[in-house]
Amino acid sequence: MDQIDRVAGASPFRSPAVPLPVAPLAVRVSSARLTYGGDVLFSDLTLTLEAGRTTCLLGPSGVGKTTLLRILAGLAEPEAPTRVETDDGLPLAGRIAYMAQQDLLLPWLSVLDNVLLGDRLRRKRVTPEQAARAAALLDRVGLAGREGDRPATLSGGQRQRVALARTLMEDKPLVLMDEPFSALDALTRLRLQETAAETLVGRTVLMVTHDPLEALRIGDRLHVMTGRPASVGPALTPPGIAPRRVDDPALLALQAELLRRLAG
Amino acid sequence: MIAPLARVVVTLAVLLGGWQALVWFTGLPRYLLPSPLAVADAMQRQAPLLFQHGLTTLTEIILGLLGGVALGGLSALTLARFRAARRWLMPVLVVSQAIPVFALAPLLVLWLGYGMASKIAMAILVIYFPVTTALFDGLRRTEPGWLDLARTMGATPAATLWVIRLPAAQPAFWSGVRVAAAVAPIGAVIGEWVGSSSGLGYLMLHANARMQIDVLFAAVLVLGLFAVALYAAVDALARRALPWQPDTQPADDSA
Repeated sequence: MDQIDRVAGASPFRSPAVPLPVAPLAVRVSSARLTYGGDVLFSDLTLTLEAGRTTCLLGPSGVGKTTLLRILAGLAEPEAPTRVETDDGLPLAGRIAYMAQQDLLLPWLSVLDNVLLGDRLRRKRVTPEQAARAAALLDRVGLAGREGDRPATLSGGQRQRVALARTLMEDKPLVLMDEPFSALDALTRLRLQETAAETLVGRTVLMVTHDPLEALRIGDRLHVMTGRPASVGPALTPPGIAPRRVDDPALLALQAELLRRLAG
Repeated sequence: MIAPLARVVVTLAVLLGGWQALVWFTGLPRYLLPSPLAVADAMQRQAPLLFQHGLTTLTEIILGLLGGVALGGLSALTLARFRAARRWLMPVLVVSQAIPVFALAPLLVLWLGYGMASKIAMAILVIYFPVTTALFDGLRRTEPGWLDLARTMGATPAATLWVIRLPAAQPAFWSGVRVAAAVAPIGAVIGEWVGSSSGLGYLMLHANARMQIDVLFAAVLVLGLFAVALYAAVDALARRALPWQPDTQPADDSA
């Protein structure tokens, strides 16, 4: 029962757990268009990500949420006339951190080396400061002492915690999360949502999710994407500070509203 | 529960017993089928000769294996890294495999002489293709999510190859090396049959011509021991290189 209480109890507001060396970025996707095999999935679609806030994108499967996220991540080519703009006018390339549904840990690297993967891939020497920062992040997500272990020795929830630490290690102005917790069991998911909300405070985040409750717990601005061609609905802004309590009556009322929008 | 070693001993004893019984009951002459006892006797009598020729063949096999794995590994990496290499060399590689390597043996002996060089080249040719295809396949089948992650982290193609694709292809590479270890002795012995003055293949032909079938059997036995030892060594190396790879073989299989 203790576990449930911990999950249900809202944590007090915290300043960014991980100091932000970069100012948060506002991003706007406009005139977005996506066709698939002659079908128009969406056209003239607009989505705004406010600086320093967590935006959640909900919607049924196949509506194009993930493609939208992949366009922002630079993993999919945007179709003309799609435009991606940032408030500082600089391109987004190299300024995002990406977290997927699978943890994507490399099984031959230790937990610590997985967190440091970005530096290895950019051919940068891992300084003692970087290693210490990675260890501190692992401590922050509740995995102190597991630095030398291989991913195979961790549970699904722990592996996704390592993936979260790796995402935070990247320290980028925009964090893109594609259903990061959907493969986890309910209780583990609730706990990870808490850790994620606390560690991502102050960053610009886009999270694609299927789970209305998840969006309500950690999102600041919730958009529902439905229809064919799809459109993005107006933002729903749950009151209070993330991570919100699962048993908050206001949250449950909003969940009903979200489900209505999803069905509509 | 019987220990694995005991099972091997029992299997061998039954096979050898059957062989000995066959010779006793049929009375086959020694120059057609020598009894296991006669082979054991030949092994003991000709031990220095077997050792000397065995050493030649073993050197050829090991050098061929090292050369073939190195060349195959390099080729696979080149193919995976450069699109031009894939487009120009891949068809050549596939077509070249349509030529039976054994048909080239006389040519290799002509070019490289009767010594070890032609046999090592032969072993390399036999090993090259399985190693190249195994590693190249492994490099092509990287988990797409890892590649996505690398792209978002700003990795160059070379860094992705080195940090993610190559380690991820290790299991496939080692399957290729295991096959290579099993076929390397074939390459060396074929080379020796075509033309040589030393080695187990040479000894086999020599003994065959003189009706010393027991010596022929002894040479085959030594070659078999080499193959088993080589496979075991490669298997042990592969396990050391891949401590992170789970063995998905059911547990009751290894007991």
